[in-house]
Amino acid sequence: MHELGIVFYIIRDVKKVAEENHVERVSAVVMDIGEVSTVVPHLLTDCWRWAADKEELLKGCELKCNIIPAVTWCDDCKQEYETVKHGKTCPHCHSENTWLLRGNEVEIKELVVSS
Amino acid sequence: MQEIKVIEIKKSVFAENEKDADTLRVELKNKGVCLLNLMSAPGSGKTTTLIQLINRIKDKIRVAVMEADIDSDVDAVKIKEATGVPSIQLHTGGMCHLDAEMTRQGLDNLDLKNTDLVILENVGNLVCPAEFDTGATCNAMILSVPEGDDKPLKYPLMFTVCDLVIINKTDVMPYFDFNLERCKKNILMRNPHATIIPVSAKTGDGMDTLAEWLRGKLHC
Repeated sequence: MHELGIVFYIIRDVKKVAEENHVERVSAVVMDIGEVSTVVPHLLTDCWRWAADKEELLKGCELKCNIIPAVTWCDDCKQEYETVKHGKTCPHCHSENTWLLRGNEVEIKELVVSS
Repeated sequence: MQEIKVIEIKKSVFAENEKDADTLRVELKNKGVCLLNLMSAPGSGKTTTLIQLINRIKDKIRVAVMEADIDSDVDAVKIKEATGVPSIQLHTGGMCHLDAEMTRQGLDNLDLKNTDLVILENVGNLVCPAEFDTGATCNAMILSVPEGDDKPLKYPLMFTVCDLVIINKTDVMPYFDFNLERCKKNILMRNPHATIIPVSAKTGDGMDTLAEWLRGKLHC
């Protein structure tokens, strides 16, 4: 739902980096998207196509999403488990004293550019 | 020939907004203005609760309201008519949330020198507003009884970022399968520091407690 707002943030950040590095064209933006980040990759790429083509620097530029699997840490039995499969409750010891280790990322990993 | 290269960034897309929000928070603190960001699902009774709350505090606290919606100005007009405090409408232009920059633009339209408390009524939505720091001094949300006591489990981030959770429409509790104790437990599991205040904006029940909490936040 908020993917368009996030696309505007990505464009702002990419334009800034491009300017600092005297880049003429960006051919790809690579994102790290956590599995439980609440960002839906295909909606993000849809919004990206619409917004990026309005920018000279980003015409035809591809947005690639790497999905980062979500992993939760159980503070009681000191083990990791898959967040999406088991949620808040640890499958090893059934504790709810658990914390998300990774999978919440919405990061720009890198740009592929030509100058 | 053009040279192709890769520039590594490794930066959260929210980082810039968080920086803007921190700057705004410091500026507001220096001006002696408290910004309360009020969030909830559509139809939870945000505007009615605000009217009840403002009418209880406006004799001692100079309040202004910013209403954020995708379109229309019905809420801003309603607040102004029912409370008499300055109220402006912000349009998000289709966006599902406000960020720090949009909040700043809204604040530019208020007379902050003569304001102690600005209440931002965010877009009705339990997902996106929680992701974007507005620069608020304090985050609050309303969960209304008909929505169910399991909402903190379904929308964990919203409950994690809020200092205050107002449980509204307690007057209809007998008609819904809503367990207040279970709800409190679900909220505190996500956010052990949350203050929880049950109210009915319709009957006025609990509204004095809410007004008291807010006065405490403003130290007056």
